[in-house]
Amino acid sequence: MSDKHSQHKSRYTVDRQIPGAFEGETVTRRRFMTIGSQAAGGVAAASFLLPALGFAIGPIFKEQPHTWESVGPTDMFPDNNYIPTVITLTPGIGEAGKATVYVRKRNPLLDTDKADLHTQFIAITSRCAHLGCPVRWVDAAERFICPCHGGVYDLLGRRVGGPPVRPLDRFYTRVVDGLVQIGPRFSVNSELERFSPRDPGEPIDGIGQYMYPSRPSERK
Amino acid sequence: MAKRRKLPAPPMPSALQAPPPRPGEGNGATPIDHAAEAGKTVVDWVDERTSLSGAARWMMFRKVPKGTNWFYTLGSATMFAFLSQAVTGVFLAMYYRPDPSGGAYESIRHVTNEVFLGQFVRGMHKWGSSVMVILVFLHMGRTFFFGAYKYPRELNWVIGVVLLILTMTMSFTGYLLPFDQRAYWATIVGVNINGTGPLIGPYLSDFLRGGGEFGATTLSRFYAIHMLLVPGLLAALIGAHLYLVAKLGTTAPPWIKAEKNPELRKVDA
Repeated sequence: MSDKHSQHKSRYTVDRQIPGAFEGETVTRRRFMTIGSQAAGGVAAASFLLPALGFAIGPIFKEQPHTWESVGPTDMFPDNNYIPTVITLTPGIGEAGKATVYVRKRNPLLDTDKADLHTQFIAITSRCAHLGCPVRWVDAAERFICPCHGGVYDLLGRRVGGPPVRPLDRFYTRVVDGLVQIGPRFSVNSELERFSPRDPGEPIDGIGQYMYPSRPSERK
Repeated sequence: MAKRRKLPAPPMPSALQAPPPRPGEGNGATPIDHAAEAGKTVVDWVDERTSLSGAARWMMFRKVPKGTNWFYTLGSATMFAFLSQAVTGVFLAMYYRPDPSGGAYESIRHVTNEVFLGQFVRGMHKWGSSVMVILVFLHMGRTFFFGAYKYPRELNWVIGVVLLILTMTMSFTGYLLPFDQRAYWATIVGVNINGTGPLIGPYLSDFLRGGGEFGATTLSRFYAIHMLLVPGLLAALIGAHLYLVAKLGTTAPPWIKAEKNPELRKVDA
């Protein structure tokens, strides 16, 4: 029989004088049933909660296929002014899935960012880098101007005024059979260096690129 | 009950006269008395099996402090605004189609222009949402300035803050549903404001949109959050909020001082 005041107690229920305990039993049947039924309830709840949660947040991690959309022949786009074109970002939802993209030919005198096969034409989004309103290219001012909160960008899409935190996003372009095609989006920092696409309002200069991580599905 | 004075009946042929009451009948009970009796029977039947009347008495017949005034009705006013939103929302859902390729806008146009009382019910829901937000803030201000958030009511303040956030979530998700230009761009901006929170912001805005771009399921996501997820949480938390109000009682306004007269401070045993 164990001492009432001793710190150490036997593991065996029969030693603890629990009525009906078997020799060698360490957990009472009552306690075992309690743990067992709570575990069963937990499993039952998890079996519908986890799939439902995964179902709700799944689209975040889904990789979107890269699509290329033709917007016009190469001679349609000058190298000193933008031509507005409309591409479909999300098919199947009509007007809500379309977006304006401003396109011009690359101008070696102006464009100092990295030149490669996919930047022979410069395609600049109309999505303001502040909070996503549609910017408009104003030819006379040679500025992109946002109607919502007064963001202003220059010819290269760099911020020159207002609240935006980074330059306007761009799209990769390519030429296929004499047609300019617009591909996936990428973001640029204030040096016009390329980054994985970020949402508006997310700075990517300096620490910003770590504070606002890109999508796992679109990271390169 | 005073007996009604009756004029003597005019002389009528016996065939047309009402027959005299039979033994066991005619104890003076009117149909209204019978209906009241039936109602009592039903209530007793339910109460005997649920003891609900005790809960109702506990909830309704509470002592309130001296100085209780009209500011104390703001919470109930908010609750009735919520009930109005719930009822009008259920009926709007009967006509609404969360279809981003034109169906949503068309169904709202149909409700507003063609359905009988549609403009009225939609207007109740639209303006009622603003009324509810205003009432929530007035109620919160009343609680703050009367010091009613202090011990032992801190938890009820916390629940109230969650209710405020859920109300704002309702306003945000409901704003997209008409799917006109204002709704679309306001939602784009709103989702991107969510995205400006560091570290979790980008994931939060992707969760709201259901992807990286405003997509085919964004509208139905907002609709499900607006009419299924948040209202359930709101109703449950309003229940908890009310339970704590009834359990803890309300506070006296800060300008009511404690009674100085010891006789009046005696507590009834």
